[in-house]
Amino acid sequence: MKIFEKASTASKKAFLNYGIVILFFVIFQTLVSTGNISSALKGQLIPIACYMIMAISLNLVVGISGELSLGHAGFMSVGAFTAVIVSSSMTNSSDVSSLIVSIIVAAVIAAVAGFLIGIPVLRLNGDYLAIVTLAFGEIIKNILNCLYVGIDEKGVHFAFNNPAALAMSATGKVIINGPMGAVGIRKISTFIAATILLLIILIVIQNLVNSRTGRAIMAIRDNRIAAESMGLSPMKYKMLAFTVSAAMAGAAGAVYALNYSTLVPKKFDFNTSILVLVFVVLGGIGNMTGSIIAAGVLVVLPELLRKFSDYRMLVYAIVLILVMLVTNNEKLKGKIDTFFKKLRMKLSKGGRK
Amino acid sequence: MKKKLLSLILAGAMVMAMAGCTGNTEPTTPATSGAEGTEGTAATGDGALTGTLKLGVIGPLTGGAAIYGNAVVNGTQIAVDEINAAGTGFTIELQAQDDEHDAEKSVNAYHQLQDWGVQAIAGTVTTSPCIAVSAEANTDRVFMLTPSASATSVTEGKDNVFQLCFADPNQGSASAQYIYDNKLATKVAIIYNNADAYSTGIYQTFKAKAEELGLEIVSETTFTDDTTDFSVQVGDAQSSGADLVFLPIYYTPASLILKQADSIGYAPEFFGVDGMDGILTIEGFDTSLAEGVMLLTPFSADATDDLTKNFVEKFTEKYGEVPSQFAADGYDCAYAIKAALEFYAAKNGGLDVTDLSAEELCEILISVFTDPEFSADGVTGLGMVWDVNGQVNKEPKAVVIKDGVYVGM
Repeated sequence: MKIFEKASTASKKAFLNYGIVILFFVIFQTLVSTGNISSALKGQLIPIACYMIMAISLNLVVGISGELSLGHAGFMSVGAFTAVIVSSSMTNSSDVSSLIVSIIVAAVIAAVAGFLIGIPVLRLNGDYLAIVTLAFGEIIKNILNCLYVGIDEKGVHFAFNNPAALAMSATGKVIINGPMGAVGIRKISTFIAATILLLIILIVIQNLVNSRTGRAIMAIRDNRIAAESMGLSPMKYKMLAFTVSAAMAGAAGAVYALNYSTLVPKKFDFNTSILVLVFVVLGGIGNMTGSIIAAGVLVVLPELLRKFSDYRMLVYAIVLILVMLVTNNEKLKGKIDTFFKKLRMKLSKGGRK
Repeated sequence: MKKKLLSLILAGAMVMAMAGCTGNTEPTTPATSGAEGTEGTAATGDGALTGTLKLGVIGPLTGGAAIYGNAVVNGTQIAVDEINAAGTGFTIELQAQDDEHDAEKSVNAYHQLQDWGVQAIAGTVTTSPCIAVSAEANTDRVFMLTPSASATSVTEGKDNVFQLCFADPNQGSASAQYIYDNKLATKVAIIYNNADAYSTGIYQTFKAKAEELGLEIVSETTFTDDTTDFSVQVGDAQSSGADLVFLPIYYTPASLILKQADSIGYAPEFFGVDGMDGILTIEGFDTSLAEGVMLLTPFSADATDDLTKNFVEKFTEKYGEVPSQFAADGYDCAYAIKAALEFYAAKNGGLDVTDLSAEELCEILISVFTDPEFSADGVTGLGMVWDVNGQVNKEPKAVVIKDGVYVGM
């Protein structure tokens, strides 16, 4: 009976998340189609969905697997630039099929990157792991800064020093030009596609967390030695979480990249990794609903604060500090908890009467 | 509890300190002085330009590139103040939005301006945000005149985007041409920022042109945004015997390179581009190190023509510093748009811009800017004309630093 109750709360929570995402989509889609939305907000819908995916995928590593990763933006950029290459080489296909193929290829390549980086990184623990992920994030950025990709009728050309080394025919076009990034990207991302991707990723993560594998991952997080003595391989399960998370970040990067006509590697630096980590921490580590809401609010907030002009980012920082202080204040938390307990008691009493 | 209070205070202090870095410009308030009465007047038929234009500026007002964004906004503000004070019945309402030198934020800023009802955009200031915004503006049909985004991909394939600054290829090849024509060097070293679109863009075109002309490039070294030690790069240039170092970079790293070269007693010729402009205003930089540095720039603050004098005087009075080339670009943007509207008004018997939509204004401005008869005068060049690709055609000026000031060559 107890198990049943527990499972039902878990799936209740999962369905709450689906509900939030679907509600988010329905509200904004109606606003867009009826023209009742400011162009400022309309332009942000796709990035918001991408950041939500980033937040929940990082939450899988930070919250569920319990490893602090500071290089998540690196996987996003791998996905983003992969999507740029794929979509540019599929100019004859329709927008929808190009988008789908781009997302899938981006996720696969990012997963490969995640797997390769995971091999050395996951042998470490705690702070050391955090520092090494940070380093890998920067390495990815710097590699992309030296990457030149061109396309002509013979296919895709890669070079690592300058565009001249691409050796393309006269009709060739440079897609990714080192630090100048990619320009002329096909803008094929849509809000619907971003929402569907968000939903799929949410379903995958929540089912993973509630599965046998998910419980193994959490057991390793809670007590590595105890879990190992039960016969669980920490490396295997951590690697699984890390790779899945990287793949999802790659998919988010693909949708993000195909929403803008230009993309520079510099965008995905340490700051972006930290931004995503802030979503996770602020929304609550391990809490998917929190991550989604935090990502949505914190992406829109700087735009809403534009009326403060130069003091905008200052106000943003103060809001962040206040939220952190309030949510971490035991006294306040206790008060909120007792309030809800009392409310529940009153309700249940009322129900019995 | 005490600890918590302390941490709160410390956090607050840190935030304040960080806010201090964002530049001390006053928030740009939309200029809405005078001329309210002229709103709504129809085209009078006498070729006059009337009404209020809502002009938007997008640029980095905070963050690492804030100095460029603020310079452009301040320069544009001076032009707008002048235009509004002239009392010709034409006024400009200015709104500046911050993009933190980030493409995503820049598109957000652009949408914010659209909600405000922007009719034309003087922006965006930096290159990669400009590429993102210009793609949006191209679909929405909003006219853009960028003061300083110099990459060719800013204007490529977009008929509504025009540049007031030289495009990168022009800068790179003009520099190579200049060095070759004036026989400044036989062996050239290049130090460039390979994490920066602007720097890499100029480097590529410089190299191509230099090879074509037969200039020998003996050393090519790179650095990234957070490099503070240039001993390797400068050392490489020295050991390869370069007698001229080409620096297609912004002035902050350039100042460090000059210092480094001085400390190892290496004194080649240094040649920069417009990003070098501003090197004399760095706090704590010994300007004697920059002695003899040459740079290619469209604007020099000590030019003696009336336009420049007037602009420099007003700018110095209002903001307490000598305007950089970016401020001059911003100033010229506002005047170029005004000149274009006047040109149209004179040809079509008057124009009232107040009620024009951004789309209508866009078509008008495109038709004028691509009109071979149209040219605009400004502090960055007289008789600027634009080709159909949106690139400007004006004379680059080479200046050399002598006794701490720019002197024309």
